[in-house]
Amino acid sequence: MTTVALLLVTGIGLGALYFLIAAGLSLIWGLMRVLNFAHGAFFTVAAYAGWALSRNLATGSPGLQWAIAVLIAVAVGGVFAALAEVVLIRPLYARHVGQVLVTVGLALAAIALVQGGFGSDPQRLTLPAWMTGTVSVLGANVPNTRLLVIAVAALVFALLIFFLRRTRFGLIVRAGVENRAMVQALGIDVHRAFTLVFAIGGMAAGLAGMLAGTYYGTIDPGRGTAMLIYAFIVVIIGGLGSVTGSAVAAIVVGVLQQFLNFYGATGVGDFSVVLLLAVVLLVRPGGFSGAST
Amino acid sequence: MTPRARIALAVALIVLAALPFVPVEVPGLFEGALGSPGTLNLLGLCFVFGALALTYDLVFGYAGLLSFGHALYFANGVYVMAIALARWHWPLLAALAFTALLSFVLPLVLGAICLRMRDIPFAMVTLAFAQAGSILVLQNPFGLTGGEEGLALGGDVLPAGLVGVANTRNVYWIALALLAVVAFIGWRAVNSPPGRVWQAIRENERRVGVLGLNPYLYKLGAFVLSAFLASCTGVVYLLLQGGANPQVTTADFTLALLVMVVLGGVGTLWGAILGGIVYEYLDFRLVALSNTHAVQSLPGLLRVPLSEPLFLLGVLFIVLVLFVPGGLGEALRRRLPVPAGHAP
Repeated sequence: MTTVALLLVTGIGLGALYFLIAAGLSLIWGLMRVLNFAHGAFFTVAAYAGWALSRNLATGSPGLQWAIAVLIAVAVGGVFAALAEVVLIRPLYARHVGQVLVTVGLALAAIALVQGGFGSDPQRLTLPAWMTGTVSVLGANVPNTRLLVIAVAALVFALLIFFLRRTRFGLIVRAGVENRAMVQALGIDVHRAFTLVFAIGGMAAGLAGMLAGTYYGTIDPGRGTAMLIYAFIVVIIGGLGSVTGSAVAAIVVGVLQQFLNFYGATGVGDFSVVLLLAVVLLVRPGGFSGAST
Repeated sequence: MTPRARIALAVALIVLAALPFVPVEVPGLFEGALGSPGTLNLLGLCFVFGALALTYDLVFGYAGLLSFGHALYFANGVYVMAIALARWHWPLLAALAFTALLSFVLPLVLGAICLRMRDIPFAMVTLAFAQAGSILVLQNPFGLTGGEEGLALGGDVLPAGLVGVANTRNVYWIALALLAVVAFIGWRAVNSPPGRVWQAIRENERRVGVLGLNPYLYKLGAFVLSAFLASCTGVVYLLLQGGANPQVTTADFTLALLVMVVLGGVGTLWGAILGGIVYEYLDFRLVALSNTHAVQSLPGLLRVPLSEPLFLLGVLFIVLVLFVPGGLGEALRRRLPVPAGHAP
């Protein structure tokens, strides 16, 4: 029972990280039909920016320092993504494959740059003392970081849903996902929504970068790309363009992966998740929820 | 192909084949003399990647299938051959036959499944299968693949003529022959009636269906041919490297292939070959460049980007996609008018 509880919380925590990456990917895909390979680069660059810019601050409190690092990561992720959209994606609106290719190039270049600047070894984060402790859940000693990651992701989910359902821009984004041509025909500038969706996705990815650092205790240049593949799987299983679908799929994938990795051999979980995608695509090519947000 | 192009191609092949006997130094381009084992090995790798990029161009550039799993079929050739030789100690011919069989069956089965999807879902499901293959190799099932360590061939599993520094020239000739054969098959394929159907599917799949042809079968044909040839290049890569490493199974490797093809020019065979050769050469030489004194003594702001080959290649790639969509091939063609039919 203890093991099951621990695996469950750890799996949901992993799912929370997947969700933060997948939410942006899903909206970007839903609205713009761009498969954004640079999302892993937003994640990595933001995490390193947060860590590098905050590590020498003499705040005196590790908790405050951590919070500053997270804020920097969110800001850097958002600005980087918005810039990428305006400078690289926008000139290629007529060429879909070109857009995908540009994000591939950006991912290669940005991650190589991080690796060149900070080395390919993992960097250890200094976390406040209360984060390194554990709390008892159903008899299992669950690390606090797992619960923190889950709580933050839940908050982001609520904010995203609020944004999509209750604000004017959210309405435009939802309408654009349904039928972009119609929104344009109604005289609404969809291109501003494109930049906005990229910025939101980048902010969520930057947050995920720093939270993944908190979850694992270290940051390294390769993690963004590694998690991106699972985030893609989450996006497809959850239904392209659907934030709620992504949230559900993220938890399913994270938990499934943890359980199978533990009860099967190492790697069985990763393998099964990948095969799950193939099965889902073959049975339900549109994923498990339509393209509604 | 025009007679003049034929002659030019034959001369180029003869010159390249004679290269091991040319002990000329080319300062700046290569570290050793042209005929030295180090240079021959680098050139051999360039030929392998030229051929591999061509196989990817067949499926991506000609049939219009954006596959993110091409690394799987290359790795299939590398690993099956390595396992048959180093783990099971099969004779060379038996290992080759077994690899060839698997290299045909695997893409046939996976292609039949993946091609039920189109566009981005197709890309994702091919990526998923390739990722599954990558995880499998890393998990080292039954101690076969060697996991992260990779799988070294060892000296006694290959015929003596293919092992050792002194015999690099033999492997170099094999790589050159591979490039020539793959280019010939590719050229014949895209100019054959099925090849024309591939290009028609790329332009308008529904129309091909309306004309009474079954696009699915043609796409499967392109997929299997391209994957089979990719596995062949994998076998030669194994000979050149003397072992298998899990790097070739990763999604990054497929992305590198994509970069090669776009670098050279999508949908042109000689462009893809050029892209593969230039990419591999730059990837190798830029590492050497970054270790030179001139770069190491630069201030950090310049030194760091310059010592990361992938950064330079990524930036080059972005610039090409944005400003020269036809790749290096088109950039060259703009400067020197190439006679029609020059494509090999």
